[in-house]
Amino acid sequence: MTRLDPRGASPDAPVPAARLHIDWTRCDGRGLCTELLPELLDRDEWGYPIARSLSDRSDVPVPPELEQAALDAVTLCPVIALRLTRR
Amino acid sequence: MTVEAMVEPESGAIGVDRLLAAGPDARWAQHATRFGALDAAAAAPTLLAELEASGLGGRGGAGFAAWRKLAATLEAGRRPGARPVVIANGSEGEPLSHKDATLLRHAPHLVIDGLLAAAAAVGASDAYLYAAEPGLEAVRAAAAERADAARIRFVAAPDAFIAGQATAVVNAIENGVALPRDHTRRLSESGLRGRPTLLHNVETLAQLALVARYGAAWFRAVGTADDPGTRLVTIAGDVALPQVLEVAGGTRIAEVLRAAGADTSRLAAVLVGGYHGAWLPADALDAPLSPAGLAPFGAHPGAGVLLALDRTRCGVEATAGIVSYLAAQSARQCGPCRFGLPALAETWNRLAYASHDSGLAARAWELTDTVDGRGACAHPDGTARMVRSAQRVFADDLRLHAHGGCARAAR
Repeated sequence: MTRLDPRGASPDAPVPAARLHIDWTRCDGRGLCTELLPELLDRDEWGYPIARSLSDRSDVPVPPELEQAALDAVTLCPVIALRLTRR
Repeated sequence: MTVEAMVEPESGAIGVDRLLAAGPDARWAQHATRFGALDAAAAAPTLLAELEASGLGGRGGAGFAAWRKLAATLEAGRRPGARPVVIANGSEGEPLSHKDATLLRHAPHLVIDGLLAAAAAVGASDAYLYAAEPGLEAVRAAAAERADAARIRFVAAPDAFIAGQATAVVNAIENGVALPRDHTRRLSESGLRGRPTLLHNVETLAQLALVARYGAAWFRAVGTADDPGTRLVTIAGDVALPQVLEVAGGTRIAEVLRAAGADTSRLAAVLVGGYHGAWLPADALDAPLSPAGLAPFGAHPGAGVLLALDRTRCGVEATAGIVSYLAAQSARQCGPCRFGLPALAETWNRLAYASHDSGLAARAWELTDTVDGRGACAHPDGTARMVRSAQRVFADDLRLHAHGGCARAAR
């Protein structure tokens, strides 16, 4: 398993793919993340974000080109329901 | 490993008496006579290897290999300052299941043995037992009979379906709130108060206590190569004698049902694994009650529940009832579960009782896909699994319902 902790990683090791973790216990469907990341997230009928992929819907894989938008979503989420993880 | 009283499997009608070999309501005297005392510290150095060789799978529902959690907790416990914790989970929120309550009542000392052996093996400083009454009181009384169990702390589980979800157990012990919580790391890395936490079902720990005593080869002497040992099964629904049985791994489902007095020729389907499990059609009951035997049907032994459905009953109605129950048991913390499960239940109730609407089936599919994988715990995922199996197994019946009919037999 790859960890966030950089101390154990070799300098040449590939950076593991980022994932956007959704804390469903906090999310109340404000929808900001779906506007910042339309490539990854849609809204369900109640307004909650729903990953366009069918797996890992609570830990949505984020391609490198969308990492900045994902970071913006994490920062701007009004209920702090998002986190960017690497594993 | 200490071998003080080698237990020979006793063959009953279909199974064996291992976990319950000390007899009903076994106190310390019966336990010690049958199994002998277990020296947890002496068993600790070889426990991980024996457990891996035994092939014991978790008996709480997910069926995860028991040794893997132990190894992960041991590994995480090597962090400086990390003090592992072991938790025995006997909360059994599934209303169909009675096997953990049965075990806690009749073999509490085996559960304590397993908890203490696991604690010794991972170097845990704290050990907890989490269960609902009256099982909790049975183990508490048993612990008072022995000197080595004084450090076990007992925590009451509320009578709620989701109270046994892993993070709900940790939350209950830590904060007195038996609700699942968000997590990005495994409990073995960061569980109770951030400590490496080994959480096992009480039956898993009782089985572990036998592996610690008699070793992997003994454990594998019963059951099949891919489903070694025994498992406790709760047989419920349309059977003459609903009961908890200890059966050999890989026993055919029809055999287990017949041991509880079922006429398997009269059954329409069987729900395997409980409300988060999967329906099995009547023509599949020769399948073994094992992970490999059930995989082709998208099913799993889970916590060992079999719910028999007589052919005079309607599978669509039965499923609607279960989805309604599961919707009511949502913790209402996570939006997709809070809103999605009631919507799914309403759709299934309309399918069952008020159909004449060909769009309902598609709506049910859509809602199932919507809730799956979108919660802090496995409640929406487990519900989706059960519903999808109903859509497969009762496909013909669902088509009849769409036109106001039903497939149930007259008598």
